[in-house]
Amino acid sequence: MPQYMIAGYLPDDFDPSSMTEATISKIHALNEEMDAKGVAKFACGISPASSAKSLRAQPHGKVLVTDGPYLETKEHIGGLLILEAANLDEALAWARKGALPGVGAAEVREIFFRPPPEATEG
Amino acid sequence: MSERSTEQIRELLDSLYRVDSGRILATLIRLLRDFDLAEEAMHEAFAAALSLWPRNGVPGNPRPWLISTARFKAIDTLRRRARFDASQDELVRYLEGQASSAERSNEEDSLEDDRLRLVFTCCHPSLAPEARVALTLREVCGLTTEEIAKAFLTTPRTLAQRIVRAKAKIRDTPIRYEVPTPQELPERLGAVLQVVYLVFNEGYSAAAGAEVTRAELTGEAIRLGRLLTELRPEPEVIGLLALMLLHESRHAARTSPTGELILLENQDRSLWNREQIAEGVALLEKALKSHRFGAYTLQAAIAAVHAEAESLAATDWRQIVALYDRLLRIQPSPVIQLNRAVAIAMCDGPEAGLAHIDALLDHGELADYYLAHSARADMYRRLGRAAEARSSYEKALALTQQEPERQFLQERIRQLK
Repeated sequence: MPQYMIAGYLPDDFDPSSMTEATISKIHALNEEMDAKGVAKFACGISPASSAKSLRAQPHGKVLVTDGPYLETKEHIGGLLILEAANLDEALAWARKGALPGVGAAEVREIFFRPPPEATEG
Repeated sequence: MSERSTEQIRELLDSLYRVDSGRILATLIRLLRDFDLAEEAMHEAFAAALSLWPRNGVPGNPRPWLISTARFKAIDTLRRRARFDASQDELVRYLEGQASSAERSNEEDSLEDDRLRLVFTCCHPSLAPEARVALTLREVCGLTTEEIAKAFLTTPRTLAQRIVRAKAKIRDTPIRYEVPTPQELPERLGAVLQVVYLVFNEGYSAAAGAEVTRAELTGEAIRLGRLLTELRPEPEVIGLLALMLLHESRHAARTSPTGELILLENQDRSLWNREQIAEGVALLEKALKSHRFGAYTLQAAIAAVHAEAESLAATDWRQIVALYDRLLRIQPSPVIQLNRAVAIAMCDGPEAGLAHIDALLDHGELADYYLAHSARADMYRRLGRAAEARSSYEKALALTQQEPERQFLQERIRQLK
């Protein structure tokens, strides 16, 4: 797991008159309105500016970042799953065969998250 | 008082423990100034209740009875220690002199304040993040040392030492058992929310087939989140709870019966918990209305876009990218940029996503982050660039093999061969 650190909140000025009543379906409207007005400002979340720690390069070129429940990598691509399931040669042989987007994808996923029946233990 | 059987009393006490032990412990820590003494005293009080209440009847107000009894038990304990250690005398006298304040402390307000004091103390910024997490799970959530150790893939001994050091630091600094002042509150609340977020993330990220305890961390985090929204309904507190509920809503669909992770595109969305989604969306709207929201609320908004989509194809990826843009403006994290790149790939194709991921990895910040490499591998795979995909997968695998998950991973790979 990546190491943890506080990623800083950068404070922004907030202009309440640019906001609409936001419901989920109105998040669109929020963005469009803000784009139209050329502002994209939010109130600082929790940390005041003085305590914000922006990401800095650490020694050895590492920057400490905050891992989090980000679905795009963890659930959509499923990085860890692929690694734990992959017999790389076999999986990539499939990838080569079915590499056209939307054609091979289903087959590759099949390999990654359902082991073949003979490998399943009781 | 009607007489009740020991069995009924035991059930009553179990229920009281479940519901109230957190509050009682928080108050006792304030009264007794010592985590361990408070915990011991509380358990003695419950034991006393079990033996006395069948005979004497259940008190009209069980909680104050338990707190008073615990206090007396603690004084007894300290008196015993004082026989060997005169420095305890002062503490004994202090506690005995506290009789009247203990009565007053049984007011509802004060009990809620005590819970807040406990949470803020356990999450104090001068404790290391992993210490805060461990202490919070132990003292606020009531998990055992063994459970926490298992959840964080460490040994009970390591974890116990971590907690001991944290308590010592609280005692020695001293970190005062107080709710922060309004001036201190924003930063201190941030520290608490970070602990809750990290606990949730541990549970959410638990590898398929991992110990159940680890996955249950999401439930603990949500419980903590609820407590915080009761105690301090700030927009980001509400936003964080929304975020957690929305992610948790997919739990049943996310894991196969045999324990494998089911990717988003293959999840049976009818298994998504609609109540949690509805609650999460309602909380999100509340947070957004405040105009004072931040990163957690924005992450919740992204999760809500997914939650309200009927399928992967129907997901409004452009909206997700736009929300990531907003999020990056207040929290410029490369991890967030990586996830945004994946969303961009869904809008504009893997070539576009790859360009972003390459730039991120060239920058060096995510060089050791396995998800960056597996995301890149996925782009290559979709583009039919198998050799490069393989190389990226191998890099990702090598990185996870340095982690504690290594044994688990290798076992999984062994099973599949």
